[in-house]
Amino acid sequence: MGVYLNKDTKVIVQGITGGTARFHTKQMLEYGTKIVGGVTPKKGGTEVEGVPVFNTLQEAVNETGATVSVIYVPAPFAADAIIEAVDAELDLAICITEHIPVLDMVKVKRYMEGKKTRLVGPNCPGVITAEECKVGIMPGYIHKKGHIGVVSRSGTLTYEAVHQLSEAGYGQTSAVGIGGDPVNGTNFIDVLDAFNEDPETEAVVMIGEIGGTAEEEAAEWVKANMKKPVVGFIGGATAPPGKRMGHAGAIISGGQGTASEKIRVMEECGIAVADTPAVIGETMIKLLQEKGLAEKCKTH
Amino acid sequence: MNIHEYQGKEVLREYGVKVPNGLVAYTVDEAVEAAKNLGTAVTVVKAQIHAGGRGKAGGVKVAKNLDEVRTYAEEILGKTLVTHQTGPEGKEVKRLLIEEGCDIKKEYYVGVVLDRATSRVVMMASEEGGTEIEEVAAETPEKIFKEVIDPVIGLAPYQARRLAFNINIPEELLGKAAKFMTGLYEAFVSKDCSIAEINPLVTTGDGEVLALDAKLNFDDNAMYRHPEIMEYRDLDEEDEKEIQASKYDLSYVALDGNIGCMVNGAGLAMSTMDIIKYFGGEPANFLDVGGGATAEKVTEAFKIILSDPNVKGIFVNIFGGIMKCDVIAEGVVEATKQVGLEIPLVVRLEGTNVDLGKKILNKSGLNITSADSMADGAQKIVSMVK
Repeated sequence: MGVYLNKDTKVIVQGITGGTARFHTKQMLEYGTKIVGGVTPKKGGTEVEGVPVFNTLQEAVNETGATVSVIYVPAPFAADAIIEAVDAELDLAICITEHIPVLDMVKVKRYMEGKKTRLVGPNCPGVITAEECKVGIMPGYIHKKGHIGVVSRSGTLTYEAVHQLSEAGYGQTSAVGIGGDPVNGTNFIDVLDAFNEDPETEAVVMIGEIGGTAEEEAAEWVKANMKKPVVGFIGGATAPPGKRMGHAGAIISGGQGTASEKIRVMEECGIAVADTPAVIGETMIKLLQEKGLAEKCKTH
Repeated sequence: MNIHEYQGKEVLREYGVKVPNGLVAYTVDEAVEAAKNLGTAVTVVKAQIHAGGRGKAGGVKVAKNLDEVRTYAEEILGKTLVTHQTGPEGKEVKRLLIEEGCDIKKEYYVGVVLDRATSRVVMMASEEGGTEIEEVAAETPEKIFKEVIDPVIGLAPYQARRLAFNINIPEELLGKAAKFMTGLYEAFVSKDCSIAEINPLVTTGDGEVLALDAKLNFDDNAMYRHPEIMEYRDLDEEDEKEIQASKYDLSYVALDGNIGCMVNGAGLAMSTMDIIKYFGGEPANFLDVGGGATAEKVTEAFKIILSDPNVKGIFVNIFGGIMKCDVIAEGVVEATKQVGLEIPLVVRLEGTNVDLGKKILNKSGLNITSADSMADGAQKIVSMVK
C-alpha cells in the first residue's frame, strides 16, 4: 500500500531528454518503477532508456494509459508543464524542478482549482512507496518496506530520517517530499490525511523548516484528526531572520515562521518533536514503544 | 534581490505610481547639482543603502538651501549607518537620493506581498504610515486591511477603492489613491517582485498621492526574465562571500560563528547549523552545495568557507543520494591542496559511494577527522574549536 504510488502505477517523465531526467529515468527503471513514456516537444518517436518519447503529454497518456507524471522541465517552462499535466487529467503530477518563479506558481494554483490533478512539489525530491515505486530523485536503496510514513519539506533531511529508520529496522510505507517553495501543490495536511487513511501506515514522521505557517496548521490538524502517532522535526532554529536559507520558502519574515514557534505549537498538539535531526529515528522508536507499536513496526 | 529606493521609484514611475521628483548623486558636487536642477525650495538628502531605519540613524536630512544640501551630502556620504536592519557593523553610504520636498498632510502604509496561506498576492494598507507594519500588526492589527488578489482578474477597482476607504483617504483623493494601488500591483506582478512596500504613502497639501519611500524586493528565481532589474544590482550592498557563492550556483549565507559548514541540501544544511549550536558551537555559515555538485563546485565552496577569517574549524556533512560521496571527497582534497588547511576538518559522509569517498580522504594524507553520524561530527568539531 502506501500513499499516491504503488507497484502498478504507470508514470510519464516530462522533459525526459534532459540530462537530469535521463539519469533519473534510468534510476527509477532500475528501482522497478513503471516508466511507460516520456515527453519532449519535437523529440517524439525517439527513445530514452528504451522508453518511448512523445511530443505532447496528451499523446503519451492516450498511448500508455499513464496516471502519473514527473516533471524535470527547466524552471522557465515548468509551470507550463504542470498545467499540461492538469489538462491531461492525470491523477498526480510530481514536479522536481527548482527555481520556478513564485508568481508562475500563483497562476498554476489558480488554474488547478476545481481540477482533478494533485500536484506534489515543486522543488521536491518526489514520492516513493518503498520497494514498489520511486518517482523522483531520492536514493532508492535507503528505503525499506514497512509501516512508517514520512512527509517533508526538505530532500536530504528526508533521506537522513529514512536512513535512521531503516538502519534501526523500521521500514516505511511511503516518503513524500512536498518541497521547499512558498507556493506548492500538496501540503502537510494532505499527506497526513492520506497516511491517516492508509491501512499499512502506523506512524508518521513530519519534517518541516522555518518560514510560513504550514507546520502550525498541520499540527492543529493532527490534534483534531490524526489517529496515528506523529514525530516532528523543524530545521532552521539558528537561521537569522530575513535571510533565505537555500529554499525559497525557508525565510523568517515579519517575525513569522520561526522554528521555536513551530516547535511550540507542534508539541502543544501532541507531536513528539526531535531535538536534533540526528535523533528523528530514535524519537520515533521511543514513541512506538510507548504506543505498543514497536514490535509491529519492526520489519527487519 | 534588493534594489535602492531611487531605483524602486524609477520602476514605480513606469507604472503610473506617483513619486516625488529626484536624482541620484554619488558625490557631494553631484548632490548640489541635482538640487539645483530640481529647483525646489526644500530638498531632501536621503542615504541610499539596502536597509530600513535610515531616518533614525541620521541618513535622511531636509535642506532649505544649496549650502545645506552640500553640508548634509558631505555629512552622509561615506558615513556608516547603523540601523536595526544593518547589523552592528552598519553600512557605508555611497549613493544619495536628492529629492524635492513635499508638503505632507498625512502618512499611510501600502504593501504588496505573497500570502503563502492562500497562494495569492495580497495588498495590505494601513492608516499608520511611517511605522513598521510588523509593529502595527502586533499592536493594532485591526488597523491593517487586506485584499486577496485573483491572478486572473488582478487588483479589481472595487478592491483598491475599498482599501482607500478603509484607511480613510480623503474622498477627493480616492481616485488618485486607487490609481496608485493599481499601478503598484501592476509593477509587482510585471517585475516579479517579492515585496513592494510603500511606507509612507503620503497625501500632500497640493492634493497628490505620492510614494515617499519605496522598498522593492524581487524573486531571484524570476530574474532571468528581467535583465533590466538585474542592472540595478549593487554588489557593494552584498556580502563578498555570498557574491562569490552565487557565481558557482552555491547557496551561501554568512553568519557570525566560527565553525564553517558544507552540506548538501537546504534542510540538512540548516539542521547542521542547528546541531552545531545544540552541542555548544556557533556556525559561521549556511552552505548548500546542491544535489548536482561537481568536484570543482565543492572546491569553490571550500575556498569560500576558508576565506572567512572567523572560521576556526570546518564540518562537512554529506548525505549522498544523488550527490556522490567520492565527488565530495575529491573536491575537499583538491581544495585543501589549493588553499592549504591549517584548521580542524571533520567530515561525515553517508550514502552513495561512501566507501570510495572515505578511501579518497584517507589516502590524501590530510589531517581529517571522520565522523560516523551527524551528531558525532558536530560534537567532534565543537570540541576541536574550543
